[in-house]
Amino acid sequence: MIQVKVKVSRFNPEKEDTKPHFDEFTVEANPMDKVLDLLHRIKWEQDGTLSFRRSCAHGICGSCAMKINGANMLACEALIGNFRDPTHIMVEPLRSLPIIKDLVVDMDDFFKKYEVVKPYLINKTPPPTKERYQSVEDRELIDESTRCIQCGACTTSCPSSWKNPQFLGPATLLKSFRYTFDSRDEGAAERLQIVDNNDGVWRCHTIFNCVEACPKDINLTWHISELKKRLVSREY
Amino acid sequence: MIAKHDVVIVGAGLAGLRAALEASRYYDVAVVSKVFPTRSHSGAAQGGIAAAMGNVEEDHIDWHFFDTVKGSDYLADQDAAEVLVNDAIPAVYELEHLGVPFSRTPEGKINQRKFGGHTRNYGEAPILRACFAADRTGHVMLHTLYDQCVKNHVRFYPEFFVTDLLLKDNIIRGLIAYDMIGGEFITFHSKTVVFATGGYGRTYKITSNAHANTGDGLGIVLRAGLPLEDMEFVQFHPTGLYRYGILLTEGARGEGAYLINNEGKRFMEKYAPKLMELAPRDMTSRSIQTEINEGFGINGEDYVYLDLRHLGEKKINERLPEITGFCRKIAGADPVKEPIPIQPTAHYSMGGIPVTIDSEVLADGKSQKLEGFYAAGECACVSVHGANRLGTNSQLETIVFGRRAGKTIIEYLNKNGTEKADLPEDQIKASIERVETIRNNTGKEKVGVIRHELQETMMAKLGIFREEKDMKEMLDKVHELEERVEHIQIDDKGMNFNTDLTEALELHNLLHFAEIIVNGALNRQESRGSQFRTDYPKRDDKNWLKHTLAFKKEGKVIFDYKPVVITKFQPKERKY
Repeated sequence: MIQVKVKVSRFNPEKEDTKPHFDEFTVEANPMDKVLDLLHRIKWEQDGTLSFRRSCAHGICGSCAMKINGANMLACEALIGNFRDPTHIMVEPLRSLPIIKDLVVDMDDFFKKYEVVKPYLINKTPPPTKERYQSVEDRELIDESTRCIQCGACTTSCPSSWKNPQFLGPATLLKSFRYTFDSRDEGAAERLQIVDNNDGVWRCHTIFNCVEACPKDINLTWHISELKKRLVSREY
Repeated sequence: MIAKHDVVIVGAGLAGLRAALEASRYYDVAVVSKVFPTRSHSGAAQGGIAAAMGNVEEDHIDWHFFDTVKGSDYLADQDAAEVLVNDAIPAVYELEHLGVPFSRTPEGKINQRKFGGHTRNYGEAPILRACFAADRTGHVMLHTLYDQCVKNHVRFYPEFFVTDLLLKDNIIRGLIAYDMIGGEFITFHSKTVVFATGGYGRTYKITSNAHANTGDGLGIVLRAGLPLEDMEFVQFHPTGLYRYGILLTEGARGEGAYLINNEGKRFMEKYAPKLMELAPRDMTSRSIQTEINEGFGINGEDYVYLDLRHLGEKKINERLPEITGFCRKIAGADPVKEPIPIQPTAHYSMGGIPVTIDSEVLADGKSQKLEGFYAAGECACVSVHGANRLGTNSQLETIVFGRRAGKTIIEYLNKNGTEKADLPEDQIKASIERVETIRNNTGKEKVGVIRHELQETMMAKLGIFREEKDMKEMLDKVHELEERVEHIQIDDKGMNFNTDLTEALELHNLLHFAEIIVNGALNRQESRGSQFRTDYPKRDDKNWLKHTLAFKKEGKVIFDYKPVVITKFQPKERKY
């Protein structure tokens, strides 16, 4: 067991906080513990007011994305033993979103943007009585994009998103790819039009922060580039 | 504040979203959930959804029907199970048409894999029946349905914690919820309410379930004086990641993975020579626990191995990428290179809110319907799973019965209009007062401590093997905790995103129905499906081929029973 000093960003407008500050807690841990375990231990044993989101605890629900030692990741997957100094952990909310309380950020805008890009299959041809066929290769093309858990780690690590709040952001653009490149979809023209502007794909300057941040190892920049290629080739 | 809708659905997992999608074709639908919709635990379902479409090998609906009934240890209502298997194929095609990215066969059809208890020709050998999308089937279904609900302009209320139902004179009026971000109580005034609130794995220490799976809907229903059915049947999934309980899909064994004991033997040959690792979950979990109890755990400890290595890196990466990912990340074990330590993990609730095959909630558990109240998915008991559910039948149930709930509501509203019954002001006041008491209470107890004691003792006393002495001790423990929970003092006294408060409310719900689980298990003096009693090791069809109904009246648990619907398959001894 080791003693870990956990610095956690705190903010509660209900208590008339005007800006976030750090609280430091000392927690007993073993190197296989995750940051989520530490946060739970603080909440359940030391300070019940500490607020954060979490649910599945194994990287599929996307609730617990936060900034840990400066990088976006899921608290439920962040093994203490993997940090250079496991005895000092700093936890902050995802950057650039309004803070509701402590580590809980307002994701309204994040999800509203996603609704803009028609995030659903568009196919006006009546379906067959059985399934629509799709080749293994066509299915493979969208595989990576279906892994997204909407945790927000990518978009909130993106400097273009920090600078321009109107930018749709990598998570939304990935969703656009997921349906546009689905061989069963017929909505490419209307969907691509939505992202063909300075708040869409062209705001992506291939900084690759999103790729580094994604807990599901999705190469977002590649997907956005494919959308760009499709737009310049006008083959839709 | 009051929000008015024709339909209010509680829970945004697969059952809730499927019901929402259906009802929103014609009516104004709201979905209320304590987490953002795509955070729902349906998204953690991995292996697949069963449908006897025979894309890869010959299959028949009747085989699926038989397997479901036999898997249930003959406690499933066969009229309901027949609906499940009949609707399965069109339901999966419909999902495909909505955009679910299923894995494909070389010809481009939906691919299918093997799963526990699903067999060819009434039990001969495992069959390829589970339609899948790698090992994230639930995830892609959840996201696709959410996307479709966005398209249909379903109104979502994310991070609203429902505290109580508004129900008077057998007519639903709506519900009360705590808006966690808004920091206030909201009254939902509606003509119809659907509960799709999921399971309660968090009653146990080792569970595959999310922190959110605290069975709140069941606690709410009990408080409203309604019964729960067959709550003693708790499924333990055979392969939870050792110490964590995280689900490692049965799809791994469907693809050919072995279960291995400390002698390196595939011990399932002793317990289920025909189906081996693909025996139903109740049997496989019991077999693993028996090996552990008899000293065949690895290094004498409480786990055995799930061995995928012989499947090869390519197949593991292609078919099982998610479990491979979190084994590496969370447990530091690579399934390509080493066997994975596993133990059985609390996974699924066969019991729940008694409903008709059209998803209508039954006030007496038998025949008396409530006006405008529906339930679907894991929180409901139709009963298609009886005493033991087969893998991939739960995702199927959410889709089939979520859709039926939607259709029943449309018919109900078409006939009765959307004018709502009056709100019972006294109930609104009482619910808010209940929550406010918990928020402002003073005392020595802590949520974390009581919850931990509940989870530890449930694991020890009401697990895979049960006996009277343990269960009586468990019952005493529940009573003790129910008393102590009244003396909880929470730290957070605010209204802004107060998860200290919601965890306390969840704990109240957990304890409320834990008493029903324990009493039901104690009351049922037989072994059937997931309930194995060492003091009554045989199934007893003469006395116990019946469903348990349990009410809570003035603090006491009262039992009633109803017969099992048997149409085609007469109960037989269950061997695999």
